[in-house]
Order: sequence, then C-alpha cells, then structure tokens
Amino acid sequence: MSAPLLQVEDLTLKQGGQSLIDKLSFNINVGECWALLGRNGAGKTTLLHTLAGVRSAPRDEHQGQIELLGQPLTHWPPRQRARRVGLLTQDPSEGFEASVFEAAQSGRHPYIEPWSDGTADDEEIVQHALATCGLNGFATRRINSLSGGERRRLGIATLLAQNPPLMLLDEPLNHLDLPWQWCILRQLRALAEQSHGLFISLHDPNMARQGCTHALLILNHGTWLAGRVEDILTRTHLEALYGLKLRQLEDDRGAWFVPDIRADMQSPHAPL
Amino acid sequence: MTSLRPSALWLALLCIASLLVLLANLALGSNDWVWPLFATDDAAWLMQKTIIMELRLPRVLAAFAAGGLLALAGTLIQVLTRNPLADPYILGISGGAAVGALLAILLGLPLLMQHLGAASGAFAALLLVIALARGEGAWTRQRLLLTGVVLASALGAVITLLLALAPETSLRGMLFWLMGDLSGAPAPWLALIGLGVLTLLTLPWARDLNILTRGEASAASLGVAVRELRWGAYVLAAMATALAVITAGSIGFVGLLAPHLARLLVGADHRFALPSAILLGGSLVMLADLLARTLIAPQQLPAGALIALIGAPLFLALLYREGKA
Repeated sequence: MSAPLLQVEDLTLKQGGQSLIDKLSFNINVGECWALLGRNGAGKTTLLHTLAGVRSAPRDEHQGQIELLGQPLTHWPPRQRARRVGLLTQDPSEGFEASVFEAAQSGRHPYIEPWSDGTADDEEIVQHALATCGLNGFATRRINSLSGGERRRLGIATLLAQNPPLMLLDEPLNHLDLPWQWCILRQLRALAEQSHGLFISLHDPNMARQGCTHALLILNHGTWLAGRVEDILTRTHLEALYGLKLRQLEDDRGAWFVPDIRADMQSPHAPL
Repeated sequence: MTSLRPSALWLALLCIASLLVLLANLALGSNDWVWPLFATDDAAWLMQKTIIMELRLPRVLAAFAAGGLLALAGTLIQVLTRNPLADPYILGISGGAAVGALLAILLGLPLLMQHLGAASGAFAALLLVIALARGEGAWTRQRLLLTGVVLASALGAVITLLLALAPETSLRGMLFWLMGDLSGAPAPWLALIGLGVLTLLTLPWARDLNILTRGEASAASLGVAVRELRWGAYVLAAMATALAVITAGSIGFVGLLAPHLARLLVGADHRFALPSAILLGGSLVMLADLLARTLIAPQQLPAGALIALIGAPLFLALLYREGKA
C-alpha cells in the first residue's frame, strides 16, 4: 500500500500556553472522508490550518510530525504543496471586486504561470467545479451579489478547482440550506471514493455519521478520539463531547442522534 | 481570455494618454506655446530647445515618476492591509519625510540636505512603525494600520510645531513642500530609475497579489509564499514612497486615488491594475503640475493641491458610473 496522504504523529498544539490537542496521531488515506467534531474553540480551525501548512505558530505551540505524501509538510515548496493539499477557510475574504468565475479560477493558481490565464483544460476544470456546486450560470455574476450560501458554495468550488488529493474544509456546510448541506457532503464523499482524502469540520453528528467514513473528536483538555464513524460517533462519546443528553434513534442507515430536550439541559458553559 | 482584452485595451489607452500629457507639459508653460519644430529661426530654436530639455523635461519626468511611485505604493498598501482607504502615507512615511525635510529647511541647509533629510525621515518612520507594530508574534494588519495612523498624527503635530517656529522667510518653502511641489525637484533620474526597477520587481508578483486579497490563510493554501510576499511588498512600497516624497514633497491623494481609478477602469487583476495605476498616478501628477505652472503664470501653485481638484471629480464620476452599472 502506498504512503498515506497525510500522516500525523504525536502532534501537540497549544494556543496562548493552553493545550488544544495533545499527542494526536492519525492518518488520512485515499478513499477516506473524515469528520472533525469539537466544541466551539476546541481547536478545529487551528488543527486544519496546521495540517494545511498555513499556521505560523511559535515553536513551543507546535510539536510533532506531519507528513504529506511521505514528506514532512514543511519541506514542500508552497506551490508544490498547494497542488497536494488545499484548505477551505471558514470565512474566506472576497478580496477586491471579481466575477464568480474569476474567484473560482484562483483555485488554479498553483498550476498556472504568472502571465498565463490557464489552458482550456483549466477553464473546463473551473466550469466543472462551479457546476458541481450548483453555480453554473453564475460565472459572470459579481461576487458581492451572491447570498451567504452561494458564497460558501463558491468557496467549495474554488477548492474543487484546486483539486488537491487532500482537501481540508473548515465548516463547509455553514450557511447552506438543508438540501445543499446533504448535496455538498455527498459530492465530497464521492470525491473521496474516487481518489481523494477529505477532512471536514462540522457541527452535526448525523451529517458526520451518514456522510463520512471516519471521525476525529476533539474533547476537552487536548484529549481526542479517532476511528471509523460507527466506533467514534456513539451516544456515549457524543454526550461526553457536548455535555448534553442525547436520544438515539435507529433505522436501516444506523444510529441518529437528537438532543433530548426533555432532560434537564446543562448550560453549554458548564464544565464537561 | 475574454476578460483580458478590454483590460489590455485600457492599458494601451492609458499609455497614449500619459504620452499626450507628457507632450503637453513639454509644449506649454509660462513662456507661451513652444515647440522647436515650429521655431522660425536658429536662436529661437536653441532657446526653446533649452527650455524644454533643461527645464520642462526633467520636471515632467519627475512629476511622472513621483505619481507613478505613489500609485505603486498605494496599490501595494491597499492589498497588504486589505483596506481600500489605505494610502502610502498611512505608515507614517510622509510624516517622517516631512519632519526631516522641514528641519533641513528650517536650519537653512542646502537642497541636497533637504532631500537627504526627507529620505532619512521616511525610512526612520517606516522602521519605527514596523518595529512597534511587530511586537510579539505575528503583526496584524490592524495593529500596523493603527500604529501608522498614530505615528502620522504625532509627526503631524511635530510639523505644526516646526511651522510655528519657522521664520517668515522659510515658511513659504515649507508650505509648498508639504503640499507637494515640483519646482524644486531634483534631477528626475533617480526617481525614474527607481520607478522602473520597483515596477519590474513587483509585476511578476501581480497574480500572487490578486490571491493575497482573499486572505492570508487562503492565499497560503493556494501556494503563495505569504510571509515573503508581504515583507517584500512592504519594503517596496516604503522605498517607492520615500523616493516619491524626496522628488516632489508630500503629494497627497495620488496614492489613494490612482489604485482605485485603475481598478474601476481595468478591474481588480493586478497584472493590469498595477501598471494602469502607475500610468494614472504619473499622468495625474503631470497634469496637476502643468496646471500649477500655467493657471496663474508666472506665479506657480503647489501641484499637490491641484491633484485633489482634478482627481476627486474624476473619481466620483467613475464611482457613480460603477454604481449605476
């Protein structure tokens, strides 16, 4: 078997002296679609930015090894790295005025020389990415005329145009309506099954359980759990994660979890 | 491909417009219309040639270089701070240069020392801003902006004090320097070469600049060497500003206006917006200086004051057109 897309060993991340993740070890292989779950402020974004190689942290806030396709992440030159791992940030800035097509085209940046506008192939990849995210027909629209959900899909389309084997997505389903949440998640899963590895942070355990193959939970004080969704996304683990009583429903697709609002709800501020 | 053609056309038009403004600057002046080709006899030809080659050409080239440099710096600073209100002076560079130059004028030092004073003031201010804004860890855009703004106000206070202390005789020179003035411009070659070199250094990064406007994390994940680009762009912007200020005093508004005008005309792709901004900035200052020399000739006005008079209506008209579209 070839080297994993991403290999993380003993990764410890801190922020302002506080431990976010302690000695995290896990691999992402082709064909796997990982869900990343954790409470607000648990360090999901920090982890995603670290794995994408875009976090510049002081030495003492970052320990451990990250290997991308068998080579240490930091050894990859930026453009080469960007052809292998891509990141959808939580709130991408729109930048200056541009059309939807131009914005999505920036996903091809790592492949296109400074003075070229890309080949017909590049253009086709961008068009296809826009279509995948339901943005065909939007190509000439200005970005600032888009709705929040449409902008989110444009961000995802930009990552699809970049098309790196390893895709990291920071809450891609934010702002999306229910049909689009499922549609996008299904497309991402299909992408993983073709030839990619995905790592997606999200807040809905049912989406994670139904749409992903693996899950990483960031619990408090830097502890974590990683493995297949059916082993990780269990009622016990999720109740521990959220500090919330959950009801478990079963059907032919497996377990579904809903908050038990009849039980005394703990304040979200309460210590877990 | 389709989006390239109108941009390239605009760029070509701007080149022609810049050339026309340059020619007008050579032909027009307090000495009426001059053009050696139409001279009637050898003596007139010689005199007109001297006026053009030794007075007007250096001055118009200095005007173009100063405007182009400020536009280049403004474009870079607006990308780096992702703030459309930012201009090259927001880092306190012009304040530092002004204090340096005014001190030299106040002490009655020769012109060369005034330029040196402006240059050292500009770089001292820049180093101070970066050192203060850097602090521990990563320096944020907001901290840099705030530090620059606060330093600029402090330097503004120093300038006011210097003006209050100055004797009547040097006051006019000092005021003209502050408003931006090309009558005392040194030989334009340094600024012109500087403009050429800095433009050539910046253009290969134009596409990376486009990506950088989408945020640093996004840009880094798309393969932009963000840290290097950011440092390089700050240094280039600072050098451009310092060169412009030495050449023409603290001409305001060009650095803010030219990048916006360029984006309104050719779009946000910096491969076209950057050279367009440089041509627009250069043309604006040349045009302003032409008016400064000729409006109430033989008396001269400070070119800096006229830029806002030309630029503001132009900008508002374009903005209005954009809003209607």
